[in-house]
Parts: sequence; C-alpha cells; structure tokens
Amino acid sequence: MPPIVEFKQVEKRYGEGPVILDRISFTAERGDFIALIGPSGCGKSTILKLISGLSPLSGGSVAVDGMEPDNALEELAFVFQEPTLLPWLTVQKNVEVPLRLRSTRADRRSDLATKSLALVGLSERAGYYPRQLSGGQKMRVSIARALSLSPKILLLDEPFGALDEMTRDHLNEELLAIREQKAWTAFFVTHSVAEAVFLSNRIFVLSANPGRLHREVAVDLPYPRTEETRQSARYQSLVAEVSKLLRSVERNQL
Amino acid sequence: MSKQALTRTLPLFTGVLFIALWYFANFLLSSERKFLLPQPHLILQAFHDQGPSLWSAALNTLRGAFLGFGLAVSGSFVVALILSLTPLVRASLYPYLMIMQMTPIIVIAPILILWAGPGLVSVTVITFLICFFPMVVNTTQGLISTDRNLVDLFRMCKATKRQEIFLLRVPAALPYFFTGLRIAATLAPIGAIVGDFYAGNSAGGQGGLGFLTIIYSSQFKMPALFATAVTSCALGFLFASAVIALSWLSMHKWHDSYSRADS
Repeated sequence: MPPIVEFKQVEKRYGEGPVILDRISFTAERGDFIALIGPSGCGKSTILKLISGLSPLSGGSVAVDGMEPDNALEELAFVFQEPTLLPWLTVQKNVEVPLRLRSTRADRRSDLATKSLALVGLSERAGYYPRQLSGGQKMRVSIARALSLSPKILLLDEPFGALDEMTRDHLNEELLAIREQKAWTAFFVTHSVAEAVFLSNRIFVLSANPGRLHREVAVDLPYPRTEETRQSARYQSLVAEVSKLLRSVERNQL
Repeated sequence: MSKQALTRTLPLFTGVLFIALWYFANFLLSSERKFLLPQPHLILQAFHDQGPSLWSAALNTLRGAFLGFGLAVSGSFVVALILSLTPLVRASLYPYLMIMQMTPIIVIAPILILWAGPGLVSVTVITFLICFFPMVVNTTQGLISTDRNLVDLFRMCKATKRQEIFLLRVPAALPYFFTGLRIAATLAPIGAIVGDFYAGNSAGGQGGLGFLTIIYSSQFKMPALFATAVTSCALGFLFASAVIALSWLSMHKWHDSYSRADS
C-alpha cells in the first residue's frame, strides 16, 4: 500500500516570484496527525494547497494515496481558516453542499449530514443559519461539512486561529475525540506550539524564505489525549522543545 | 410618551408642520404670484378634477417603467454573467458600457424617437438605458467577489461551472444585485417620465406623466402640475417599496443587514 501522502523534492513558486517551498520531501503514513508550524510565509498553507491540487507544483512530485492530487480529490476534505459557510443556507444544507456537488442522493446526503452534525454536537442547530451561530459553532459546522465526505485525509488550515483560547482547547479535544471514531490522516497548520503538540504525533517545523522542512519532532504522547495530557511533564517538555526550535528558526530568518 | 410612539407620531407632526408652512409661504406671496405655489387643498382639488387623466397617464408611465426596468434587470443579469467570466471579457466590454452610461439621455432620446417613433417603445428603451448600468455594475461586482475559499471548496468537490455559478456565485451576489436593484427601482419611474417628456405620445391614449407635464405647464395649470409631481413621487415609492419587500423576502433570514441590533 502506498504512503497516504508523499512529497519528493517539491518546489513551489508563484509565477516569477521568489521560491515559496524549496525541495520539501516527506512521507505521511495512514493515521498520522501532522502539525505544520513555522513563521509566517514559510509555506505551511501552500503545502495543504499542493496536497489538495488547488495549486500546481513548480518542481518535484506529490502523490496522494499513490495518485496525482487532482485524481485523489475524493479522498480529501479541507477545513479553511475561516468557517467559509454559505450564509444563505441552513447549517444542515451547508453540510450537505459537498455531498450535493459529488452527486450523492438527497436522502443519503441528508443522512450523512445529520450524522456529521451529531458528531460535532450541533444536531439541534441544523435548522439555524450561520449568522445565528457563534464563531466556535461555525467552525464546528465547517468540520462537520468536511467529515461528511468521510475523507481519508483532512487538511486543516489554522482552523481555530481566530477563536479564544478556551474554545480552541475545547475544539482540539473534540477534534481528537472525533478522530477516535474515524481515523483519518490529518495535516494541521497552526501558529500555536501548544496546539501542535496536543494534537499531533508528528510536528514539521518549517523555516521561511524559502520554505524548508527545518526539523521533524515526533510527539510520543499516547492517545486519547485529554486535559490531563496538558498537565504532563512530557507535554510541557515537548512544548518547550518545539518553541525553542521555532525561536531558532525565526532568529535565523532575522 | 414612549420612544416607539414618538417614532411613529413624529413623521405625522412633521407633515402637518410642512403643510402649515406651505400655507404660510403662500400667504406671504403677493396676489399675482400666489399661483406659483398653489395651496395644498387646490392640489387635492386638481387630483379630483384631473383624476382620469392622471390615472391614465400614471398607468402609461408605470407600463413604460415596468417594461424598461424588467428588461434592464434580466438583460443586466445575463450581461453580468458574461462579464464575470474572465477579466479579459470585462476589459473588452466595460468601455462600451461606460460610453452608454456617459451619453446623456436627453441626447439619446431624440435619436430613439427618430428610430422607434414616439410612444411606449421609446419610453421603455429610455428607462432601460437609465436602469441598466447600475444593475450590471453591481451584479458583476457581486459575481466576481465570491469568497475565494468557497470557490476552492467547490473546485475540490469537482463542481461543474454551472454549479459554481448557480449554487455559489449567484446567491453570493444577491446583496450586490439588490443594491443595484434599489438604485434602478428609483431610476425607473424617473426614466419613464423623462422618456414620456421626450417621446410620450397622446395618440391612442399613450401619454404618460411626462407628457402630461408638458400639457399642464403650457396651460399654466400649476395645481395640476403639482398633482402630477405627487403622482410621479408615488410611482417612485411603489417601485422602491416593491424592491425593498423583495429584498427582505430573499435575504432577511440570512443576511447580516437584516439582523436586529439587539440580536
């Protein structure tokens, strides 16, 4: 079985602009939760766009489940930085949108959307419009929409960045709880070291100008992770280690 | 008195005050100039005396306004869809749309009359020309302003171009569309009356309010002229109210502009 995602000497630049990603290579195994962290402009989000086929490569190769990204779209779901909901549709209909676009039958998509909303604890808000929800609830709908596709790979581009710390911690725990039921592979872009350590089993620390894979940190904390995980000495030492790496990357950039 | 009751009664008081001031202004005028500002009850009398003519003219104007407005809405939607396709199409067509908007309607009107003759067709075309531009500009802007991430989401789900347009871009453009529609709705009766003024035709009973204005002013029927102005204003209100109601029906459930301040 091929690795779920494989980057080989990947290069990316936009038009004639500077190199955004420089010879990035890595292999992601099924079930990995990979956090991408690094200074602004290091190409974290670009990596997600390359996996999803939203952006063309400038060099090297990307394989998703052994296929070109364009041919593997049905294996992927994307959660954006903003909830990006369609404001004129109810929560239920929003979750159904990708299923509708993939020509899923009406009764089946309604069923899948209902299950997805139950998974994120928003069944009672199915008939609401996005403007009637809080920021955290909107993001949950966005996650439910992605999960309704039963993806093999979930790409999350700093989804909780705009939320307050308590909501963010809570959603992190919920995300891992959902993953216990459906073990998708995740690529999670974040600026928060604590969030990266709490969620992932592998952290890619990237440097900027051009974006390179500076170091990989293996997170050996056992799943399931809970509030107690955050209190553990190992968690604290990993946070300290990644923070130090990040600081050194940022210093080198200066 | 509660704030709510005050909000309701204040416009009434303003109206009464306005009429009182009107009478007072008339009182101040010398007797040979009083006809320039007819007293409100004389205007009401003109409504009574000229009722059938005003009613028939208002209906004719309404017909021209409605036809021109309807054509502008549907035509602008199609043109906006074409313009939203690529920047290249916009660059190719925008200058000509600008030319159409920049040319004063009073210059176009005589040309149209020579082409189509006086009457409903010319009035409709003049209304169309006045309403078209704000509609097409706003709708195009809405169609090209769709959230980039939503477009990416649709593309990741292999949405067809048709799905992208009708399930995403068109509904996302609704607030812009209604902004254009509101502007066009206030312009439509004005356009029809301007059209009447230049291209109205009483033959066959097709004269509108603009045409009636020419007749009353040549006869120095000042109360009837004021009655025509009030009727024109009422037509404007009718159009604007219809669009506001349509906008509310389409968007009040989901658009932020309809959220109550306390919600």
